[in-house]
Amino acid sequence: MASTVGSMERSAAFELKGRMATLTVLRLLSPDSEALSAQLDAKVVEAPAMLRGLPIVLDLGGMDEVDAGQLRRWLDIVRGSGLVPVGVCGVAGALAEEARAQGVGVFPDMVGGSRGGARERTEEKPVEPDTTLGRIVEQPVRSGQQIYARGGDLVVLASVSPGAEVLADGNIHVYGTLRGRALAGMRGQREARIFCRSLRAELISIAGQYQLSEQMGGSESAGPVQIYLEDDALCIAPLE
Amino acid sequence: MSKIVVITSGKGGVGKTTTSAAFAAGLAKRGFKTAVVDFDVGLRNLDLIMGCERRVVYDFVNVINGDANLNQAMIKDKRLEGLHILPASQTRDKDALTQEGVENVLDELRETFDYIICDSPAGIERGAMLAAYYCDEAIVVTNPEVSSVRDSDRMLGLLASKTRRAEQGSEPIREHLLLTRYSPQRVQKGEMLSVDDVRDILAIELLGVIPESQAVLQASNAGIPVVLEENTDAGQAYDDAVARFLGEEREHRFLVEKRGILGRLFGG
Repeated sequence: MASTVGSMERSAAFELKGRMATLTVLRLLSPDSEALSAQLDAKVVEAPAMLRGLPIVLDLGGMDEVDAGQLRRWLDIVRGSGLVPVGVCGVAGALAEEARAQGVGVFPDMVGGSRGGARERTEEKPVEPDTTLGRIVEQPVRSGQQIYARGGDLVVLASVSPGAEVLADGNIHVYGTLRGRALAGMRGQREARIFCRSLRAELISIAGQYQLSEQMGGSESAGPVQIYLEDDALCIAPLE
Repeated sequence: MSKIVVITSGKGGVGKTTTSAAFAAGLAKRGFKTAVVDFDVGLRNLDLIMGCERRVVYDFVNVINGDANLNQAMIKDKRLEGLHILPASQTRDKDALTQEGVENVLDELRETFDYIICDSPAGIERGAMLAAYYCDEAIVVTNPEVSSVRDSDRMLGLLASKTRRAEQGSEPIREHLLLTRYSPQRVQKGEMLSVDDVRDILAIELLGVIPESQAVLQASNAGIPVVLEENTDAGQAYDDAVARFLGEEREHRFLVEKRGILGRLFGG
């Protein structure tokens, strides 16, 4: 999933985006530079199409007491065999400074990809998938109940009572009367919307922008409506 | 196959005990062996409404603590065959009830009775949740005003999640709505919520509408379950509700202005 943190103005020259990508990690198991050079060259000869020009991260987490000279030497060997070192990890302090001076980034310690890392990973909770079907609720949501659809949409096939709260990271659909509180886009998704057959809500919110029933005034309607965010203001529009 | 029915509401003063007495008497009148249990430990009322307050020897807490057995504590109603009352303790509080103790008493009652009516205390705390925990069906007593409706809604949410049936994932309990103290005149003036308003919010089956009536107060003071006062509007409304509870089809009466009803009752 990409999240935009750059300027939103029309004249913006760039934007910053977060993307997921797979990086190959070259984990050093021995400080022996000559062995590294020989074995790396042999590997590249085996699979030149795959390895030549491949961006890699040099992992020094398994090494003890690396000095700046060794780091420079290893980076030269890696570059010399046709790989492109884009960063190092498992370094700190002066060594990290040296890496930056050599034009490669410093990554925080990574998990996974090595045997030690894999063992740690099994102890973690399973990672939730990025996309979910959301949550479907067939019963009325009663006063005092709170229902949260994490990472997806919330669909309620009945009414939401006063004093009840429905929340979703995605959209909220209520196929009854919305009388309680509805908060969509809980993790800041401004594109999230709220749909309901009839709006009598105590509070509606999208991505943190909220409106109380008092402020909705005459916009409460008997018919189906959708609520969306436009320029930091909640818009309530009839669906028919 | 015996059934445990909880009479509950969340809010106090809406008519739970009156309804418990009326339902228990209504079921017994139809020949069912019925026990009615007062869960309102510390605020014992059911014995007064049932007119057996002078015959209380042992109570619910005594049975739970093993000071008395169930037969010693149950009071047999003098009017109706098969109707028994288990009174609450007036000198203790709700902490005297234990989940295990309640389960044991209800299991024992199941062996003898067709229906076990649990008169819940107000609120959503321990006492009320224990009264509801083992139920098979629930009658939610509601007055036609917003705070009572909201509290009933809250209670319905708890019934759907905090009862034994909900926790074990077995068949959900059957929920019934009983609207009490209903005044068609005041609904017309806009001072009260209408039947439709309440049904719209609570979205459960309507068991009956009991009109606001002098008969309820008079019957309570006399210690007679109001359902036995067969020539009163409230008594007939409760009788209809019991019939619907047992699966009979009955038209809803008492939804129009009171004068019309009295006129019909007393021939003009």
